[in-house]
Amino acid sequence: MSESATPKTSRWALWLPLAFFGAFVGLVAWNLIHPASSDVPSRFVGQPLPQFDLPAAAEGRPGLSRADMANGKPKLLNVFASWCVPCAAESAQLAQLAAAGVEVDGIAIRDHKADLAVFLQRNGNPYARIGSDDVSAVQLAIGSSGVPESFVIDGKGVIRHQHIGVIMPDDVPKLLAKLQDAGR
Amino acid sequence: MKRLLLILAMAFAMPVLADDSMPPAPYAYRQLENPAQEEKAQALMVTIRCLTCQSQSIADSDASMAGDMRNQIRQRIAAGEDPEAIRAWLIARYGDYITYTPRVTSITWPLFAAPLLLLALAALLLRKRFRKGGE
Amino acid sequence: MIAEFGLAALWLAAALALLQLLAGALSLTSGGEGFGGVVRPVAIVQGILSLAAFAALVLVFSQTDLSVKLVVENSHSAKPMLYKIAGAWGNHEGSMLLWVTIMGLAGGFVALVERRLPEKTMLATLAGQAFVSLGFYAFLLFASNPFARLATPPAEGNGLNPLLQDPGLAFHPPTLYIGYVGLSIAFSFAIGALITREVSPAFARAMRPWVLGAWIFLTLGITAGSFWAYYELGWGGWWFWDPVENASLMPWLAATALLHSCSVLAARNALRAWTVMLGVVAFSMSMVGTFLVRSGILTSVHAFAVDPKRGSFILVLLAIYIGGALTLFALRAATVTEGERFAVTSRESGLVFNNVMLSSVLGIVLIGTLYPLLTEAMGEKVSVGPPYFNPMAALFVVPMLLVLMVGPLLRWRQDNVGRIRKGLIVPAALLVVGVMVAIVIAPGKVLPILGLALAPALAVASLLPLRGRELRRVKLPLWGMVVAHFGIAVSLFGMASDSAFTVEKLVAVPVGGTVDVGPWQVKLGSLEPVAGPNWTALEAELQASYSGATPTMLHPQSRSFWTPPQQTNESALLTRWNGQLYTVLGEQAEDGRWQLRLWWKPFVSLIWLGGALIALGGLLALLGRVWSDLRRIIARGKIADRREGMGR
Repeated sequence: MSESATPKTSRWALWLPLAFFGAFVGLVAWNLIHPASSDVPSRFVGQPLPQFDLPAAAEGRPGLSRADMANGKPKLLNVFASWCVPCAAESAQLAQLAAAGVEVDGIAIRDHKADLAVFLQRNGNPYARIGSDDVSAVQLAIGSSGVPESFVIDGKGVIRHQHIGVIMPDDVPKLLAKLQDAGR
Repeated sequence: MKRLLLILAMAFAMPVLADDSMPPAPYAYRQLENPAQEEKAQALMVTIRCLTCQSQSIADSDASMAGDMRNQIRQRIAAGEDPEAIRAWLIARYGDYITYTPRVTSITWPLFAAPLLLLALAALLLRKRFRKGGE
Repeated sequence: MIAEFGLAALWLAAALALLQLLAGALSLTSGGEGFGGVVRPVAIVQGILSLAAFAALVLVFSQTDLSVKLVVENSHSAKPMLYKIAGAWGNHEGSMLLWVTIMGLAGGFVALVERRLPEKTMLATLAGQAFVSLGFYAFLLFASNPFARLATPPAEGNGLNPLLQDPGLAFHPPTLYIGYVGLSIAFSFAIGALITREVSPAFARAMRPWVLGAWIFLTLGITAGSFWAYYELGWGGWWFWDPVENASLMPWLAATALLHSCSVLAARNALRAWTVMLGVVAFSMSMVGTFLVRSGILTSVHAFAVDPKRGSFILVLLAIYIGGALTLFALRAATVTEGERFAVTSRESGLVFNNVMLSSVLGIVLIGTLYPLLTEAMGEKVSVGPPYFNPMAALFVVPMLLVLMVGPLLRWRQDNVGRIRKGLIVPAALLVVGVMVAIVIAPGKVLPILGLALAPALAVASLLPLRGRELRRVKLPLWGMVVAHFGIAVSLFGMASDSAFTVEKLVAVPVGGTVDVGPWQVKLGSLEPVAGPNWTALEAELQASYSGATPTMLHPQSRSFWTPPQQTNESALLTRWNGQLYTVLGEQAEDGRWQLRLWWKPFVSLIWLGGALIALGGLLALLGRVWSDLRRIIARGKIADRREGMGR
């Protein structure tokens, strides 16, 4: 068979691999410049809290239920645990928020009472109430994906804002603003 | 740990310091008594992504949160809930990230169109390749 | 001193790669032919120097020289020697050094033995190899120096991740790397052929053994990695469609397609541009995979801790090499005709079908792996996992396996189905019976049913090319094909059986308690503390008896390492001809009972046995090709001798 009878690949097709590769480079370059955050934000922001009623986790602080959260006043709901190393780092900021008149309620995830007591003694106890969530049930129900996380809840019990990770000193004014918004 | 250690780990074995000492939730490591229900739960769990690990399903993870999720899924299946309803419940809280089974949505349809596009491309490139029969 | 020696060898090797590139490039210009003689020796010395650098790193690790930063970060004096040595490549810098070493050695080896192609093409090929090597040398020397010293050596190192302290894993990365990087030869061959416009059957024949060699290692590496994940991770899974696994699968798919298209090009001078493109794509997939793993843009259980700077460096290398090669392809392939046409019923058609299906699976894996990045850029997080990959891959693999039953029986160019109809009766009947049986024994499980039904039919069909031949006369490459295709059937059966018939038991038992799992009765005998060189463990003694037979002991452990502090579950496996009993010791419950995870996995070991058979098939084919080449060289030598003798 002569060469002229053999088919040639269409010219445009020859540029296809390069075009695909170009698209790949564009995509990954975008992702290198804007690294994806590993946070999984809750989709439940804007939704009312689900029903829950958690037993008390610490001496001298009552447990936590949905009814406690929806009493007309905005609150900060802090999801934490004594075994969570970074959680200790936000206690000063939580104390600052509590001193500013914010009601901080806690949900302790998978925590032993004794461990929690030591944790609170060492780091201070800014919480008005602490519910004990031994199987992460409430945590899952509000779309929280780890500890620590904090949620701004308005007076009607609606989640207005989620803060993922440790509350750093700069986050305090932001959270105060969110709490003020939630109170309006 | 910013240094480039090959951390295969994170998920499979949590560093001792960052884990709780609570016993696992009742159904984290226990199967449902009803085998049909357990099978349903298992089929769902292998498609739910673990949140505190990287790139693992909750069915393959020793993380305590994955255990709590297994516990919750098993209990809800035992209570007669439909697996897809549980998946929808999780998606409502964590978004599509939580499920390894991508849904067909306005941004994921190309994933499902891909096989057709690949075949169409192959057909287009090969159309002149074959001799006509009997030639 | 050893570290400095290693670094010097590395610099010298890089300099020689530059020389190799320049001399190779000049020799292609008119008037520069004189430079050609330098290229081969330089390539060989470059390979030796890169090996010396790597040897220096291994030596530094084996001595636990704590003045070297990399040793401090990845090793510890209390580690067993095997893991001290394995520590040399169990980290980013060391594995990149392994990468350039394999590239250098492969290039040197080609320079030493490959003489079938026109010298110009070979010089262009070796220049291409040096060009690619240079980028990775630069990456090592400027961004990942493995020999960097610390001003003040600490008293002890940080240790190696306990999960990596396993004999299987010590050799898994080098095996996989030889496969990944071995494909660079195909890449360079493709570049050489494009530059010198030498895309011919001879080109395919010259490239094929190199691809085959790399492919064997890749197959073994993936198989071993899957087995390692299976027994080490403690949940009985063997493939997770994790980004890093996908990164190893993609070059394998491309290389497998390339091997098959090479056959078409070698035998029939067809699929010319396509084969060259696959040569480029296969190694490109190795580089893309490395980029995805090292840059940390995809989250994976295998994550190398992330450094975006290094990611950018590798991305620039990718853009230069892959972008450059594909541009060259687009410009030059227009002058490369696709070669001979063929009939729909012909061996070529079967192989084209194989290529289309393999490339489509590759496309699916690539799209599925990258898609989360795309949605991330659009502000949405999605996960793409096994429920997507399994059916999508099956969509292409099942038709491919059906054609695989027929393809090897067809003649080149043109054939008719009538000729081979007789031989296909048995596999066709097996297929029909298989589907019916599978529907009964594994109701409702679509993919396992397909696998269980296809595997026996494919196993029989894969042997058919031997029918009517005198077995002793069958050439090695044909044996290779038969064994590899048979291996696919074996592996497929294992996969299908595992997902259809696995029995899982998660229970808490007191000491002395018994659990039934499938046909096994497992008794928790006792628990003993045991100690290793750098860990302590609690070891359970399980007495497992198969249908009431004499019990066999298993010893799963729950291990605590102290450098770095971490806990792992060491599973214990009991293999029988018909499956594996998989046992894991969990935690103690509050009531004193012990958590056990037990699986009975019928025929699961066939997955890896099949993988080994596929690699063995590759080895047979490679030996056959090398053997016939050697004979040809010897014969040619004799003719030359005779001529010389006559001339005298």
